[in-house]
Amino acid sequence: MHEYSIIQALIGRVTEAAEQRQATRIHRITVRIGELAGVDADLLSSAFELVRGHSLCAEAELTINRVAARWDCAACGRVIEAAMPLCCPTCDEPARLSAGDEMYLDRIEMEVPDV
Amino acid sequence: MCDTCGCGDTEIVPVDVRERILSHNDHQAAHNRQHFVAGGVLAINLMGSPGAGKTAMLEATARALPDAKLAAISGDLATDHDEARLSHAGITAATINTDSGCHLDAELVHRRLHDVPWRDASVLFIENVGNLVCPAVYDLGQAANVVALSVTEGVDKPEKYPVRFRAADLVLLTKIDLLPHLPGISVEAIAASLAKVNPQPRLLPVSAVSGEGIGAWTDWLASRR
Repeated sequence: MHEYSIIQALIGRVTEAAEQRQATRIHRITVRIGELAGVDADLLSSAFELVRGHSLCAEAELTINRVAARWDCAACGRVIEAAMPLCCPTCDEPARLSAGDEMYLDRIEMEVPDV
Repeated sequence: MCDTCGCGDTEIVPVDVRERILSHNDHQAAHNRQHFVAGGVLAINLMGSPGAGKTAMLEATARALPDAKLAAISGDLATDHDEARLSHAGITAATINTDSGCHLDAELVHRRLHDVPWRDASVLFIENVGNLVCPAVYDLGQAANVVALSVTEGVDKPEKYPVRFRAADLVLLTKIDLLPHLPGISVEAIAASLAKVNPQPRLLPVSAVSGEGIGAWTDWLASRR
C-alpha cells in the first residue's frame, strides 16, 4: 500500500528537521489528513509503527488530525452538502472542495540538548 | 549541555512545519511539468484498473493519428508487455517496472524520461500502474489526469473511488462495444455516479475495437495542447 511510501517521506522530512536542530529524539509528529486525501489514517498509523524502526522516530507518537470533506461555492461561499448535485443552488457554479484533501506534516516535537 | 551543572538536560521543542508530506514528490513533479511545458509536450497521466483498456486506448490513438509523434512511459509491476504493444503501434515507449510498487511517482518518471525521446513528441502518455487507489495521490508533472473506466466494471466505481474520480479531467468510458451484452449497465448511470464525486464531470464513451468516440478523444487531446 502506498501508506508505506508516505510514511517513508514523512520520516525523511522529520529526520531532516531533527538533524538541523541536533535533536536526539522525536517525541511527537502531528499530521493532518483529509477525508479525500487518498490515504487511510489507520493504515498510516500501522505503517508508521512498522517503518520507524530504530530511527530518531523510534519512540515518537504519531498524532493524526482528520479533516472532513467540505464543499462550497467559490463565487458566493455557500456551503454545499455532499449529497448531489455538486453545484451551487444559488449561482449554478460547480462546487469547490474547500477542505478534505490535506496531507500535511504540521508539527514536530523533538528533544534537543539544552545549550 | 547545561552550563550551570553539566546535567545534560534536554528540552522538548515544538517545530511548526505545515508542509505537504509529499513535498519532495511535489517538487520533482513541478520540475517534470516545467520540462513538458517548455518542450511543448502534452503530458497525460493515464490511470485505471488493471484491464480497463489503457493500453488498447493508446493503440487506438496511434491508429487514429498516424502522422502524430506519440511517446509513452508504461508503468507495471512486472514485464514490458505494454511497451512492446505500444512500440508495435508506432508509439515510442519505455517501461518502468515498480517490482512491488503500486503507483508511479515523479522521481521514477523523471529517471525514465532519459530513455524516451519525449521532446520530439506532441503527446507523452504516462500509463500508470493498473490501480484506482494509489496513483491518485502522486503528482507526476502531468498536464491532465485521464481515467479509463470500462463498462464491465459496473455503474458505481466513481462513488467507490471518489479521490481518483474527483481529480479526473476526463473519464474514458471504455469497451462500449460490449454494452449490448451488459443489460445492467448504462452510460447514464455511470455518468450519474461520476457527477456525485466530480463537480465538473467529463465522461467520454469510447471503443478501441469499433473506433467509436476516438475522434472526440483525439479532439480533446488537441484542445489540451
